[in-house]
Amino acid sequence: MTALPEHGRGRGGWRDWLLSDAPASRGQARAAAAWQGWLNFRSNTLAMIGLGILLGLLAVAALAPWLAPYDPFVQDLGNRLQPPGTPGHPLGTDSLGRDILSRLIHGSRITLYIVALVALIAPLAGLLVGTVAGYAGGWVDTILMRITDIFLAFPRLVLALAFVAALGAGIENAVIAISLTAWPPYARIARAETLTIRSSDYISAVRLQGAGPIRIITKHIWPLCISSLIVRVTLDMAGIILAAAGLGFLGLGAQPPSPEWGAMIAEGRRFILDHWYVATVPGLAIFTVSLAFNLLGDGLRDVLDPKSGEGG
Amino acid sequence: MTTAPDTPPRARRGPIAPWFTTTVGTLTSIAVTMLGLLFVTFFIGRVMPIDPVLAIVGERASQSTYDQVYRQLGLDQPLIVQFAYYIWDVVRGDFGVSTLNARPVLEDIARVFPATLELATLGVIVGVVFGIPLGVASAVKQGTWIDHLARVVGLVGYSMPIFWLGMMGLLVFYGILGWVGGPGRLGIFYQGIVPDRTGMILVDSALAGEWEILGNAFSHIVLPASLLGYFSMAYISRMTRSFMLEQLSAEYVTTARVKGLSEWAVVWGHAFRNIRVQLITVIALSYANLLEGSVLTEIIFAWPGIGSYITTALLAADMNAVLGGTVVIGLVFICLNIFSDLLYRVFDPRAK
Repeated sequence: MTALPEHGRGRGGWRDWLLSDAPASRGQARAAAAWQGWLNFRSNTLAMIGLGILLGLLAVAALAPWLAPYDPFVQDLGNRLQPPGTPGHPLGTDSLGRDILSRLIHGSRITLYIVALVALIAPLAGLLVGTVAGYAGGWVDTILMRITDIFLAFPRLVLALAFVAALGAGIENAVIAISLTAWPPYARIARAETLTIRSSDYISAVRLQGAGPIRIITKHIWPLCISSLIVRVTLDMAGIILAAAGLGFLGLGAQPPSPEWGAMIAEGRRFILDHWYVATVPGLAIFTVSLAFNLLGDGLRDVLDPKSGEGG
Repeated sequence: MTTAPDTPPRARRGPIAPWFTTTVGTLTSIAVTMLGLLFVTFFIGRVMPIDPVLAIVGERASQSTYDQVYRQLGLDQPLIVQFAYYIWDVVRGDFGVSTLNARPVLEDIARVFPATLELATLGVIVGVVFGIPLGVASAVKQGTWIDHLARVVGLVGYSMPIFWLGMMGLLVFYGILGWVGGPGRLGIFYQGIVPDRTGMILVDSALAGEWEILGNAFSHIVLPASLLGYFSMAYISRMTRSFMLEQLSAEYVTTARVKGLSEWAVVWGHAFRNIRVQLITVIALSYANLLEGSVLTEIIFAWPGIGSYITTALLAADMNAVLGGTVVIGLVFICLNIFSDLLYRVFDPRAK
């Protein structure tokens, strides 16, 4: 079974090594598993489109100062509300004469910043709560899950609004508010995974070797929860972007001169009937990015978590 | 927690009825969840940097006035006592007085809530009427254009900022085409004519027999309601599809087909009958979600509902109003969840 047909040298050699039935080392097995996942993922065209859009967004955000033709904050009142296609301003200018394209490009950084922070905080908090609840069981489990249920029982946006009201407007507070409302589903998932893992033989073996609960949770339970959490995070990213944009739109997220996309829409709202593009362009950007996250999430779910089909 | 002491004496007498245990369990969990909800709003009210005393007495009040109000508000009591007072107030329906217009918050909420209810109800109707057939069709004709259409509808629904879509809708259907009424619930010439009975313009104008006003109100509500309906349609059709797929792969469906039943009878008479209970749960949940979705929609359409109320209060730092609105929405949310849970238990014998 080990002899695969010869594929020629160079790239073929790598493929044989990656597709080998009998990996010679742990590293090779891991690389092979990753390669198989990538092959599965690559066959999903929509997911690849999503990935492409997001890589593009990353590049734009990284190179923003070089890509943007103008400073996103510099006003030019003589050139205000120019329609798209105006020479020098491909997407037009806003009510203060700032170049919309430049603001859009710089705004991608803010969007990524918010998404990255929430996507880091919320799943980690959920993972911590869920695994501790699942592993400890008993009253710890009851209390932690009750708290989770309470947060789940709240409408998310309204809760985020109330938190921002208490903390004050701003990007960091928006991140905290969104994270506070986003962690409960992760806790549920992590707890469910922990419950199935907890009673398995290898956990008993580790425990017999003298591992304490902290070591078991961090080294042996967390790694197995990661893949289902990653899927959920990717699917949630779109929701996070929309929530952040919603807070920005309400004036509770990023504050005015900042080129945050939701705030840009709010600014364009006043001119929507006469100068449609001021609000339309950032809205399209939000839509594109969250669509990309949804496409990517669907694809990742098929690769990493084939059990849960539609609906989840 | 409060209902828990009832259980032990009964347990001693012999096996307790299963319905009793479930009822007590459900009531306990409702009580705890609501308590938690109140704790969260109380906590938010506490961490807030706005001084509630200053909001009442103003900046130039003397220290003695300040201290007096401070004591009147009970702020010198320990936190746990304050929390108890807070619960007692909420139970009596006292959410405090709005610092913005000096009216009781509950009165304000009672005034704005019907507008949201009207909008969300119409939204759910739109979502059900279009979502269920779309979901069934995409499950029956899996892999065809209609399945792809349902998928696109869902993806767009999950990726589109609702406030932006609302603005685009206003731009196209009101600004350019002029097919619908603009923001607000009624045109300016029709306001204040119909007596206010239910607070829902459509119902009130129909009750008063003012058909012209009804038409005008409808032209105003149709766009925001379809917008909300679109988002609940995305959810309902996706869930319907996955429920139907599960049923259609069951053996009884094959049996029905082998018996020679028409495809229509198989799909609607057999498979669909079995997903009705699950669908009711989904519809109740999407109704709850619409309450939330209506916050942003109401702002775009200048709709005087609870979403607009909370946001206006938020920007004016009127904390009593914000927390009152949050509690009300949270309670409705919890009640809808419980309601869908109960329906599920009553109608699905497997859940017993």
